Amino acid sequence: MSDKVIFATYTDEEVLKDGAKKLVSKGIKINEVFSPFPIHGIDPIIGIKNTRLGIMAFLYGLTGLTLATVGMRFMMIVDWPMNIGGKPNFSYLENILSFIPITFEFTVLCAAHGMAITYLLRNKTLPGMPAQNPYPSTTDDRFVIEIRVSENGNYTSEDIQNLVKETGIEGFEEKEC
Amino acid sequence: MSMEFTIPARAKKITLSLIVVGAALAAVGVATNYEDHQFTTRLLTNGLINAFFFFAIALGALFFLALQYATETGWYASVKRVIEGIAGVLPYGMGLLAVILLIITLMDGAHIYIWMDPETTNPASHHFDDIIEGKKAYLNKGFFWIRTIAYLVTYYVFWNGFRKRSLEEDRIGGTNLHFKNYRKGATFLVFFAVFSSTSAWDWIMSIDVHWFSTLFGWYTFAGMWCSAMVVIVLTTIYLKKLGYLERVNDSHIHDIGKWTFATSFLWSYLFFSQFMLIWYANIGEEVTYYQIRMESFKVLYFSMFLINFAFPMLILMSRDAKRNYGVLTFVGVVILMGHWTDVYLMISAGSLGPKASIGFLEIGLALVCVGLFIRILLNNLTKAPLMPVNHPFLDESVHHEI
Repeated sequence: MSDKVIFATYTDEEVLKDGAKKLVSKGIKINEVFSPFPIHGIDPIIGIKNTRLGIMAFLYGLTGLTLATVGMRFMMIVDWPMNIGGKPNFSYLENILSFIPITFEFTVLCAAHGMAITYLLRNKTLPGMPAQNPYPSTTDDRFVIEIRVSENGNYTSEDIQNLVKETGIEGFEEKEC
Repeated sequence: MSMEFTIPARAKKITLSLIVVGAALAAVGVATNYEDHQFTTRLLTNGLINAFFFFAIALGALFFLALQYATETGWYASVKRVIEGIAGVLPYGMGLLAVILLIITLMDGAHIYIWMDPETTNPASHHFDDIIEGKKAYLNKGFFWIRTIAYLVTYYVFWNGFRKRSLEEDRIGGTNLHFKNYRKGATFLVFFAVFSSTSAWDWIMSIDVHWFSTLFGWYTFAGMWCSAMVVIVLTTIYLKKLGYLERVNDSHIHDIGKWTFATSFLWSYLFFSQFMLIWYANIGEEVTYYQIRMESFKVLYFSMFLINFAFPMLILMSRDAKRNYGVLTFVGVVILMGHWTDVYLMISAGSLGPKASIGFLEIGLALVCVGLFIRILLNNLTKAPLMPVNHPFLDESVHHEI
């Protein structure tokens, strides 16, 4: 399907933010914003939903907690009861204090690695994957708003162009894709 | 609404009734217990608990203020006067603490600091105690008071300077005062790093005189910091509800909420570290502290820990909760009671032993102190504009957004 995509370039993230606010208030749907660093407060303006990464972190943490508990119980209590410092070695519960630090560490390990890997997968930015940003300069000092004409049925490409040009842009480009 | 704060009539009524109800409850406690042979010790123990707890909240706020100066933080500028208001309770808390400590000293320890009793270091007496004799070089009345006075004077001098420069900044502004605050804040932190530990040993740990823990100072400090953060968030919310502090936005509340959350974890972490190491090593002279608390106060001790740890963790975890006044107020009030219980167990389990219990006397005196604390705090807030005028980071703070 052929679609027209409009890219507006800015030199300052605050100008971009104000511009995005103006465009959204006119009813234009912004598809994406590219920037060298996170812009605080841009998500609610362009209507990005809250990330679900936190839920995944909780699940990964829970996995770590379970694995650590099951593993340590098997190794230290069931398979070969370990007598360390004369602590009771026939019950996990009575000895739980000594297992808490490792449980905590393993929970953090699983949550952190799980989150990082999920993030890279979801963004398609695993090492070696091709870059997707339309402007390499958005990894340096430029900020770009991407608007798809097909997502803005009420406006023609010219309307959008005129509106975008009022928002203090540095550069402007329209592409077929 | 004007920036000048006046104490609402309702707040005056509530603080007064807290004091009156508290005094009545305490009177009932005195009437029912005064024949008990531990009564004097119990009364002074209560004095020490409340004096220390409320003094510690003010000191925690002073520490937090110094921390903001030393790190040249921007966001806090619009809640700075709230922090100052709480730190301003310090002179009153110090006065109460000094009076209680003086009475205890004049009574040769009043069975609270048994090392103050000359019998314990008299080889001829049957109360002679080898361990106390060994600690005599550090734990003796003279040196105890030299240290106590050094702590209190240092805290007061720094507090006085911070407050004076803060009000001066409103008048003349400029960065000279700012950099002076920066240097003084850093200097205060150096003193505080040592004094917060040693004062916890002197005032609290020496009650369980045979026992020691190198973590104890940090543990006490973490509790004090957490309580201070809770009071800062509660006061800010209260003022917002009254329509003051218009320029404090949700992001500021969120940040103080995060501090409350983080310091709760700091406290829980230190509780667990101290507890687990002693439990694991299981050495006779180390476990005594926990033995009495686990045998005689099992439910209170562990529910105190669970409340102070689990409440903030589970309820304050999400971003929305840290921006919600109702949730913050609820969690804040609950863990403030939790930290009072922590101080209660630190002190009275050592001084009164297994017979210690929370009755009319404890609740009554605590309520009196709550009433006085709020009243002094609100009074402090009336003394200066609630929004600093010339703080160099005020603009940054007003536009704070996270």
